Formats: sequence, C-alpha cells, structure tokens
Amino acid sequence: MSNETVAAPAPGAEQLPHGIGSSLPSGEIRAKTEGTFPYAADLWAEGLLWAAVLRSPHAHARIVTIDITQAQEMPGVRAVVTYEDVPGEPNHGRKTPDRPLFASDVVRHHGEAIAAVAADHPDTARMAAAAIVVEYELLDPVTDPEQSFEAAPLHPDGNLIRHIPLRHGDPEAAGEVVVEGLYRIGRQDPAPIGAEAGLAVPRPDGGVELYIASTDPHGDRDMAAACYGLAPERVKVVVTGVPGASGDREDASFHLPLGLLALRTGCPVKLTATREESFLGHAHRHPTLLRYRHHADAEGQLVKVEAQILLDAGAYADTSADALAAAVSFACGPYVVPHAFIEGWAVRTNNPPSGHVRGEGALQVCAAYEAQMDKLAKKLGVDPADLRLRNAMATGDILPTGQTVTCPAPVAELLAAVQDFPLPDLPKDTPQEDWLLPGGPEGAGEPAAVRRGVGYGLGMVQLLGAEGADEVSTATVKVHDGIATVICAAVETGQGFTTLARQIVQETLGIDEVRVAPVDTDQPPAGPSCHGRHTWVSGGAVERAAKMVRTQLLQPLAHKFGMSTELLQIADGKITSYDGVLSTTVEEAMDGKELWATAQCRPHPTEPLDADGQGDAFVGMAFCAVRAVVDVDIEIGSVRVVEIAVAQDVGRILNPAQLRVRIEAGVTQGVGAALTENLRTPRGLVRHPDLTGYALPTALDAPEIRIVKLVEERDVVAPFGAKAASAVPVVTSPAAIASAVRAATGRPVNRLPIRPQAAVGAELA
Amino acid sequence: MTLPATLDEAVAALAAVPAAVPVAGGTDLMASVNAGQLRPAALVGLGRISEIRGWQYQDGHGLLGAGLTHARMGRPDFAALIPALAAAARAAGPPQIRNAGTLGGNIASAAPTGDSLPVLAALEAVLIIAGPGGTRREIPVSHLLAGMEMLAPGELIGFVRVPLLHAPQVFLKATGRTGPGRATASVALVLDPARRGVRCAVGAIAPMPLRPLEAEQWVAGLIDWDGERGLVPEALTAFGEYVAAACVPDHPPAEDGTAQPLPPAVLHLRRTVAALARRALGRALS
Repeated sequence: MSNETVAAPAPGAEQLPHGIGSSLPSGEIRAKTEGTFPYAADLWAEGLLWAAVLRSPHAHARIVTIDITQAQEMPGVRAVVTYEDVPGEPNHGRKTPDRPLFASDVVRHHGEAIAAVAADHPDTARMAAAAIVVEYELLDPVTDPEQSFEAAPLHPDGNLIRHIPLRHGDPEAAGEVVVEGLYRIGRQDPAPIGAEAGLAVPRPDGGVELYIASTDPHGDRDMAAACYGLAPERVKVVVTGVPGASGDREDASFHLPLGLLALRTGCPVKLTATREESFLGHAHRHPTLLRYRHHADAEGQLVKVEAQILLDAGAYADTSADALAAAVSFACGPYVVPHAFIEGWAVRTNNPPSGHVRGEGALQVCAAYEAQMDKLAKKLGVDPADLRLRNAMATGDILPTGQTVTCPAPVAELLAAVQDFPLPDLPKDTPQEDWLLPGGPEGAGEPAAVRRGVGYGLGMVQLLGAEGADEVSTATVKVHDGIATVICAAVETGQGFTTLARQIVQETLGIDEVRVAPVDTDQPPAGPSCHGRHTWVSGGAVERAAKMVRTQLLQPLAHKFGMSTELLQIADGKITSYDGVLSTTVEEAMDGKELWATAQCRPHPTEPLDADGQGDAFVGMAFCAVRAVVDVDIEIGSVRVVEIAVAQDVGRILNPAQLRVRIEAGVTQGVGAALTENLRTPRGLVRHPDLTGYALPTALDAPEIRIVKLVEERDVVAPFGAKAASAVPVVTSPAAIASAVRAATGRPVNRLPIRPQAAVGAELA
Repeated sequence: MTLPATLDEAVAALAAVPAAVPVAGGTDLMASVNAGQLRPAALVGLGRISEIRGWQYQDGHGLLGAGLTHARMGRPDFAALIPALAAAARAAGPPQIRNAGTLGGNIASAAPTGDSLPVLAALEAVLIIAGPGGTRREIPVSHLLAGMEMLAPGELIGFVRVPLLHAPQVFLKATGRTGPGRATASVALVLDPARRGVRCAVGAIAPMPLRPLEAEQWVAGLIDWDGERGLVPEALTAFGEYVAAACVPDHPPAEDGTAQPLPPAVLHLRRTVAALARRALGRALS
C-alpha cells in the first residue's frame, strides 16, 4: 500500500467491473507497472543517516570481545550500537522472545546481528560496521537436527522447541500391506523480490516511527516497543509498499536496530538491505526429515499411519511451534485414516532460523504422504489416482487430531476433475526445433532420452491461525461525498486485500469509488498477513462495517417510505424499493452527511492440541488437487514441468482474475520448492546468498498452468463463504511434481528439491 | 572513469592509473562493486572502442574483437562461421546478461562456468594482447586459463583468433533447470576435417576447461573422414565414457588396493559429462 490513498479507477469509467465476483483490477496496478509505486527502499527524509548491520560470519561462536572504538572514530559515523545499548527487553521473537536483538555472548547462526551503525553515507556505514572488531571463540555448530537432541543446549531455553506426540486410534491396528519411507525437504527461502528496507524517524515525544514493509504492523510495533523500553503507543509502524511477501516480511534484525539508531541519533535513519543480507536475515522454510509407515488393507483402504517428523527450526523458535502443529495435524493428508500415530519435534540447531513461509509444515508432510501413496499404489498394483480417490476425505470425516472436518471438503471431486482433464499433447507433430526440452531452449536435451511422467498430489492447509490464536480484525468504513473509504490495518502484500475491500464496499453500498487508506498502527489491529486471514477476518470486518453504514444510510429512507431497510436495494448509485416504485439517489440520501461505522470480525474459537495431539485446533481448511506432467531427461536428470492442472476448493470466487493469479503464483512457488529452491548451508554457513546461486523459477521454468475446476461450495462460517487460495497450491504442487518424476523415471524421489541424480532413469542409475 | 576510443588509448589509460580496472559489459565486475566486495580506484570503460566490437577474416581465421557481446555472437551470421561459440553465447544467461556481457570479459573473468571458455579451448583459440606502446603479443587461450601465462599490468585482451573450420561444431550444457542458469557441466566439440581431428573440451567441472586428448585422438581415428562421417552408437557411447573417465577420474585405490567408490554426486557428474560428450559427437557427425 502506498502512502497516497489508493485511488479507485477514475469516475466515468463505468463499464469497469465492480462488486463481488467481478475481476476488479488492483488499484496499484498502474503505479506498479509504471515504476512509480513507492516501496520502502524509495523513502527519503531530510537529513537522514544510513544504517548498516554487522552480522556474524560464523554459525556458532562465543563472543569474547566487541571493540567498536575504531568504528566510532571513523569520520561520518554518528552512532554504533550493540547489545549494551538496548534499553528495553534484550530479546524478541514472534511467538517466544528467545532471540537477542544483538548477540551478546554467543552467536547461534550465520548472519545473526551483532551491532549496527548509523553514518552519513551508506558506504561509510558499511565500512564502519566492517571496522567493528569482534573476537570470536569458535564453537562446534550443531547443524544436523537429529544431533540436536543429544547436543549441549544451544540456548538457555533448551534445544527442543516443541514436541507433539499425536495418538489417535488403536496402536495395535495393522494393515495387510505396509510401505515405509524416509523423506527430506530442503530449505526454501521466501526470496522477496524487493529486499528489506526501512526508514526510522524519531518523534519529538521521545518515540519513533518505523516506515517499513511490515506484514504484521502491530506485532512489529509491540516487538519494537518492548526492545526500546517504550510504551507501545510511542512507537508507530507505518506500512510502506510491500515488494513481495510469501512469508513474514521485515526481519526484526533490520528494523529493530533502525529504530534504535534513530532514537540514539535523533535523526531519521534508513537502511536498504543487500540481497546477501536479505538471505541471511529473514526466516526460511523448515528443512524437514520425515519417516513414514502406511498400513493399508488388501483393497488399498488406509488403516494406520505412523510418522516421525523432525523440523529444523534453526537457531531461534520464531513460529516453529505453529509449523509443527500444522505438520503433525496434516501428516496424513486429506485422507481418511482411522488410526494415526504421529510424533513431531521442532528442534534448535545452528542453521539460519526457520519461520512462516506460505504453507509451512503442510508442504513438507504433503510431499511425504503423497510419496507414500505412490509407494502403496505400486505395491498394490493399482492406479495411484484411484488409490487416492478410494481414501479421499469428505466433510464429516475426522482428522487425526480428532477434529471433525465441518467445512466443505470436496477432495474426491477435485481429484476427479484433474484426472479427467485431457493430457497435454506430445510435441511430435511440431518441428523439433520448437520443442522445449528439459534443460531449456539452448540446453542439451535429446528427445530420445526424454520420458514423460504424470503424477498426482492432494493437499490441504489450515485457514487462519490455529490453536486458540485470537484471529480478530477491525475495519472502519466511511462514506462522504459519494466516496467510500476503508480504514483497516490489513496489509496489502500483493494478496489483493485492497481490491477485495473495494469490491465488498461496492457490493454492499453501491458506491463505485472506494479508497483504501494506508496502514499504520494508529488503526486498530488486523493481525499478520498469513494463512489467508485477511480474506476471511478483515474482509468480514469490512463487510460488517459496510453493512452498518448501509443501515445508517437507509434507516431514514425506510422510515420515510414505511418499509424495512431490507426491502431497499442500492445499485449504480440509486436506492430503489423492492417493487421499484420508490427511488432516490445515494447522493440525495446522504444529504451531505458523513457516515462512519467500525466493526470487528472474530471467527469461532479454537483450542490448543492436548498432550496426545488432540483438539479442534483449526478454524477452517482448504484443499486442492494437482496433476503434474513432467518431461525428464533420464540421462542427465533434468526435469521440465510441462503442465500443472489444478482443481481447488475456493468456497466462493470473489475476484476471478485475482484468484487465477494467486493460484498461478502458488504453483510457481511450488515448482521452485520441487526443483531448484534450496538454500544450502554446509556447516551452518549460508552458501550463495544471491539470486544466481538460489535459483527461483523463471518464465521458462514455470509450467503451463491449467485451472481445471474451482469448486464453489460455500464455507458457511466464512464471510462470503470464501476460502483463501494462495497457500494450498504451493503445498500440493511439489508433491505432484515428485510423483510425476517418479512415474517418468521409476526412481523413488524422496527428497525435495529433486536433485538431477535422483531423476536419472532407474535403468541407468 | 575514462572512456577511451581505441585499444591503445585504453592501454595508455591503464598505464596512467595503475590501480584502474578495465570494464566492458560489467556483468561480473559491477555486481561485485554493487555488493561492496570490490572498490576499484578508477574504471577504464571499454565500451566505446569500436575496433574490438566486431570481427574480421584473417588468413582462414576469424579475428574476434574482445568487446563482442554474447547477443551479437548468438546471431545467425556469426553462427554460420563459428557455430559452437554462437551456441555457447546463446546459452549464457538471460537476455540482459547476453546484451551486456562480452567475449573478452568471459575470458578475463575466467569463471569455471564461463560458457565460451570450453569452446575457445576446443578451437585452440589464440588471444591477442594489447600492451603499452602499441605492442601486441599472442597467448593461447589455454595458457591464460591454466595460469601458465598471465596478463601483465596494463595489458588488455584485444582480440581472439579462432580457426574457421567449416565443419560441424556443438556446444552442450547441463544446468539442472529449464530457465537460464550456470552450467553444472558443458561440452564443446569441433570437427577439423582438414587436420582430420576431433577436438573436445569439458567446461564447468574444473577451474579451467579440460581437454580429453586421448579420447579425441582415439575417436578421430575411427571416423571415415573421406566418406560418411557417422559412427555406430556403441562408438559414440564409448567416446562419451572415455571423455568422462578422463575428466572425472576415479579416486586412486586405497593402500590395500581396494577401489575407492566415487560419491553419488561425482558419479552423476561423470554420467552427465558422458551423456553430453556422446550427444555432442553424435550431433557433430549426423
């Protein structure tokens, strides 16, 4: 969101789509494509200083001394801060405050912040940061999560961040057919295209304002205020344009030092992270080790699933406890499993911290349970899609957590849709020069060595925060002069919230020109942008507020006409009675008044998982089915995803164009997780923290994405009956791609991303 | 920053400021500068030196300017002359990089993954180095890449002389993805009918391109140069394995004589090199 109010399309453009169900374009689209959209890196203030953060080059070391004198004496340097200068809480953290703002005695991961510098030039700041002399005593890093249990505590809180021993059903139950597998999932990075940046401005009252691309402004404000020893109202977070966010944005190791330096120097301080700092700073997807045993009867009906899931949380807890809950709860996938024994651990290591990245926990288990389904199908000699269909979950079935799935769960319908969709043609009728083979247009692809494979994946994610999290959001709608304004602290991260808010108000009030105000923490909290919460709770709050405004607007008229407000309709700026006899314009009814209403949306409460991993922990769930078609060069092991067919459970389509974009983006992120994206950290040191070494999917890597079916079965507890759509394709596509590579090569494929040596044909390996 | 218009002016500018760094496309250098890893005291821009931005014929050779961009080398007219170099140029990174990055820069950076390097090694290209006072000296490209001869301070790569062989040439690269990426292994293979030779170089698996000389000689002896040049598939496969075994050797046996198995990643690299070499020879002879 920009600092300018987001404007709706100019009046006069009446043919533009509007309202719920239309493909209203984003209000920011023009500024973003023209390059005038203000991101945090574009901010400027008179007399600003530049900050740089000194980060640990080691994964695990004791800090003997920190000598800042040389840095302080450099000309142009205005302040150097270390742990000694943190006035408030020394530690912070999203769930558990276990992470020091600046390392004091021990560094626990490569890239941990140790000190920060403010200077009058960015180069001076960086050089001064490099001039800080830190004497380290190297310690052995614990980088293998399996070693973490036995290792000496890496942190006063211990190495075990969470343990969930889920027990559901009869442990003695056994099936006639048993398949086992060991799976490893790599470290995906959210790799936001815009690296972290921010500006901190000191306030005359001794407080500070942080201009950052936060996705959780109130959470970040509270964290900052605690570290600065200030009351929360003295710290204000103003959200600037967000340049991409598929995880939490604005790593605290950037913006917390920024505010501290602004408070220290009394000057505005700006920081723009380099790509390397960005990779070192923010949280990654949990690398995960999974061990599975599936029991089924001779007909392929699942009897029991046993699993052990080990999440590498990295050096600090962050949101790992939540990721583990998702991993354990969805460990069996959208299948009916009467007996489940799932044990999950999230453990501390000296690897970079893991945290919220779209579909955390759910993605890792999806890759594993779908691999198990393929194995089971092979052992039983049945079609993998049929086996999945036989076990598919439906509304009313019970999760291994004991929670009954009350929301729509059209899993079988989704799978049937992708299964029935025609397969893409082989390119044999087109000239060979036009074939896009694995390895790319100038690659080494050889048609004779290419095998095509088809695979299926079924996945599920939670909607909204789980286990008793208070998922509340507050929104205000104001109407004045024929213009409606939405004030809500839900951050537009690219997920399309501002567009949705405009559609909701258009639909409810019949006003086409709707603006969405910029977000800051003076507004009531709307919570973090994750797990589709803004579509649900913030959208719900906007709808309620708009309905309250509607009532205020219509009440006098209804009274005048002698009918209830329900019998009046608003459309195209006109208010009409149900029979069309009485009519007036919105403008006339407004009569120059200003109407305001504020409302909250809070979904039904959930409960934490108990000692056996049982409990109604989730508000809602979303499902999807993916069919992947891949071409594999079985000699070299290069994989090209030819086509991804998606069928998804969306509840209700609110904006068809935006929905399509979200699904395509999710699939593409899933392709990255399946094939190329893995931040390597040998001995805890991040290798190749740049976009050359960390291969994001390009247009050539992205497959043809066919959205085969969008099942609109409304979720009665969700506003509009809609389900957020971004996360579930990310979760499901890697599993489907791995399944397709299995079909093409005959190899087991038990590791993501799929390495070329794992995709070499079985007969050659 | 100076912007000389001729090669000799550029050499003079480098001599005048010994700490200055020459920059052509800047695709490697400027990334390091922007990341704060390099802080050159001064830059000598080579982009305005028109004499090194094209190519000309010289005694059956092509004299290629060091300032030729990858985009230019990838075009069909160039591909008709030196097909393998054109293929390597087209495979080198995304269009933005190919538009800026130059042949001379690829040689000077000498990254193991430089796509033009195995092609130049297979072509046995010779570098023409411009030195102070208008002097020119020649270095075989392999000598520079192997560190046997170095550029002296103030010297610049002016031109690259490559033979025009009028025969099929192939460059193949494995990247592990469909989009543009750095090579995990690459193979350049050229036929030299006049000398009845096959020359092959493997890139990206070692600090410099590797030449499997014995494999080249063996396969050149199998080819019927005066008739149909094709070989049976078994010979192609044997060539691929010969090349791969030479470039990705076995570990020496342990002291007790037991064989030391290669780790899976290295075995895969060997398999990849074998497949690339086999395919390259097959395409060159087809």
